[in-house]
Amino acid sequence: MSKAGKIARRTFLIGSAAIVGGVAFGVWKVRQPVPNPLNPESGAALNAFLVIDQDGITVISGRAEMGQGAQTTLAALVAEELDVDWAQVQVAHGPASAAYYNGAMLEGAFPSADYELPNWQRSLAGSLGQVGKLMNLQITGGSTSMRDGYDKMRRAGASAREALKIAAAQRLNTTPDTLRTEGGAVIARDGTRLPYADLAEAAARIEAPQVEPRPRADWRLLGTELPRPDMLAKVTGTAGYGVDTRLPGMKFASVRMSPRLGGTMLRHDPAAALAMAGVERVLDLGDGIAVVARNTWAAMRGAEAVTVEWGPAPYPDSTDAIFARIAAAFDDSPNSTMRDDGDVEAALTLGTVVEADYRLPYLAHATMEPMNATALFTGDALEIWSPSQTPLVQRKAAAEAAGLSVEAVTVHTPLLGGGFGRRLESDYSALAARVARQMPGVPVQVTWSREEDMTHDFYRPGVIARMTGRVQDGRAVVLDAQVAGQGLMSQAGARMLGLPAMGPDRALVEGLFDQPYAIENYRVRGYAADLAIPVGFWRSVGSSHNGFVHESFIDEMAHAAGRDPMDFRLDLARPESAAAAGVLEAVRAMSGWDTPKPGGTGRGVAMVWSFGTPVAEVVEVRDEGGRIRIARGWIACDPGIALDPGILRAQMEGGMLFGLSAAIHGRISFAGGEVQERNFPDFDALRMSGAPLLETRILQNNPHLGGAGEPGTPPAAAALANALFDLTGRRARELPLERQFDFVL
Amino acid sequence: MSTSLTINGRAIVVDAPDDTPLLWVLRDEIGLTGTKFGCGVAACGACTAHIDGEAVRSCQIGLADVWGAVTTIEGLGTPEVPHPLQAAWNRHQVAQCGYCQSGQIMQAAALLAEFPTPTDDQIDAVMSGNLCRCGTYGRIRAAIHDAAGAMQEG
Repeated sequence: MSKAGKIARRTFLIGSAAIVGGVAFGVWKVRQPVPNPLNPESGAALNAFLVIDQDGITVISGRAEMGQGAQTTLAALVAEELDVDWAQVQVAHGPASAAYYNGAMLEGAFPSADYELPNWQRSLAGSLGQVGKLMNLQITGGSTSMRDGYDKMRRAGASAREALKIAAAQRLNTTPDTLRTEGGAVIARDGTRLPYADLAEAAARIEAPQVEPRPRADWRLLGTELPRPDMLAKVTGTAGYGVDTRLPGMKFASVRMSPRLGGTMLRHDPAAALAMAGVERVLDLGDGIAVVARNTWAAMRGAEAVTVEWGPAPYPDSTDAIFARIAAAFDDSPNSTMRDDGDVEAALTLGTVVEADYRLPYLAHATMEPMNATALFTGDALEIWSPSQTPLVQRKAAAEAAGLSVEAVTVHTPLLGGGFGRRLESDYSALAARVARQMPGVPVQVTWSREEDMTHDFYRPGVIARMTGRVQDGRAVVLDAQVAGQGLMSQAGARMLGLPAMGPDRALVEGLFDQPYAIENYRVRGYAADLAIPVGFWRSVGSSHNGFVHESFIDEMAHAAGRDPMDFRLDLARPESAAAAGVLEAVRAMSGWDTPKPGGTGRGVAMVWSFGTPVAEVVEVRDEGGRIRIARGWIACDPGIALDPGILRAQMEGGMLFGLSAAIHGRISFAGGEVQERNFPDFDALRMSGAPLLETRILQNNPHLGGAGEPGTPPAAAALANALFDLTGRRARELPLERQFDFVL
Repeated sequence: MSTSLTINGRAIVVDAPDDTPLLWVLRDEIGLTGTKFGCGVAACGACTAHIDGEAVRSCQIGLADVWGAVTTIEGLGTPEVPHPLQAAWNRHQVAQCGYCQSGQIMQAAALLAEFPTPTDDQIDAVMSGNLCRCGTYGRIRAAIHDAAGAMQEG
């Protein structure tokens, strides 16, 4: 069993259960303390984030590890205060519990641009963050893990350290101020060394002291590149992903749901599947089928072999008809006008007009590990192993699917083989629970085929943007942006949290309305298209499409104004944000922007502020015998504090490649109501041979801590498209680019 | 029917249909889960293992067609005694989600058997069948060069 499982199952509860770092704001219900969910079988839980036993120090992460390295840095925040050797530190995912609410999620809910959020509003967001406790917001997403954990985890470590010192003082009959901590032990003036493991049980009974974290100047671990505790397991095949869950007597299953998403199953015939070797059962799920077999391959083949007749799709059948509905949304009144500076209508008479329409496709997440979950139903309880970004949402979905109360469901969160927002959803847990419910007492792992995964996603919405601007005397004098697409927040809010549709849909316009550019007349309107295609959060969400739209159009305006695109952006950014101008200056220097380019070379720049972090990227493309190589990329980011520069670089570069992959290859299309792209040959990503060489610089001038997992993605597509324009004179206003350019990949 | 295999140096008898892909024999029949399922159509490389030292997509090799000794990521090295490639992956902190890395490392092992000191072009040519959605290619390339150096020094 996993460490977290052992921790959650312990029979007796130790000590005070205060959640360290939970600053009290707001109404009483919000201030109610959340019980510590940890009950270790051995050792002691000093708070919801820390267990100390004879095996060492285990930091309990409320956030999932999906590659972004959050668990490493969350552990480092605790270890920094706790005075333990990094090699002693292990990390485990905590149970599904409101104790691990994400207070930073709601910062992104404000209808304001992050870069200009005043301090009082940040504090308010922090207090509203407590509402996260009530809203099942144990979420790994929105690039918030560090923003949420920065204070909380350091305070957890500092508080535990002081409790350990008090326990040691009691044992040594002295006072805590005569003691120091080092290498996982409390040390007395006479050199007596008491290991934490020997003090932990006593320390857990002491009411946790509230201690200020150490000043940054004293940091030993934070700010350095730490080895990830999960690395050796991941390179030796011993790491446990969801799909690696193995339980005694476990059966393997696979599902087949309507390819017309949300549609019905009219009839099915299991005979062909039941005749196949290894197939044991075909389960009728009402709106689809599951095949249970001796191994996953037999289950997948069996699922394909079932003859099924599906009902119609609850949305238009074809990509063209879907985009016609999106275009029609412009005829409605806007869902939001989140920026309206100056007098746009009046300014639309000035200078030279620039106009462009952009269109971006729906996109799949395509995590390397296909959707899966493993469940055991025992009549009055359900245990589920679900690789997710939202354990509490999984618990609710599994409980509903199994006909149980949420208290009867235990959620384990193994490693995620990629998330990218797909694993915020809970459909895979609900399906596993539905299958398990038909097999009481038998653990069953439900793994989707790649085809089922790719054709049953919650897609990045497709959008159409209509951009109008005017330039005069080399400057942008007006920018009027309109974007239409499905309202993601209302659909996902209802699905995941049971929230009613809420006013303006921020996701539709983020990356457009919140950019740090000083344009006197600046308007951004969003138009929500009413379509029932399942849409979800795709790495960097609205900024993933609007970053392309905004930064392509800024480039078009720069060229129309006869200006260098870098200078043009710097003129816009400097008055608004020194941090934004700083990342542009950095990529200018890194890429040799001002040096003459070799022949057959094109360069493009883009800068997007998302999830608290401004990121500028330059792409260099090269003509290779009439084909185009994406040769180099330079990234400058400013997350305020580089808590782990190695992980930050990995996230920025991975984020950029994720954006480039989508820009070049990514397209989900529909015919007959069914998604046409079924596997990697239809929906590919950059391979090593086509990936540019990347270089990253991390600046630390941003006054606020920013995110890491997503901000590298939004500038990528625009930087590439702008480079392609520089090389070829052809402006890409639709994605993917492989349909318009011949790349060396 | 039963088939005899040698997997990571151990003789194993598998009782499964002949056409069961090696990938699923490894994962579901004998519980070696280090080899990963990604696509089932040899398009991603997550399931890469070795047969007699040759890198294969184990999702495409039926049990009856396994022609030699099988090595998986678990047989290449262990956390206690990692293979030089695994040690280099650890030094370069290559993995993010890590799901593709078993396949990447097995492919890299076959690469170094063919090109003990590979050029970037050789690395690209051999490794580009292995997809990584996290985008770790730069570190993979650096780790391969590093491991090649370490193996040359012996």
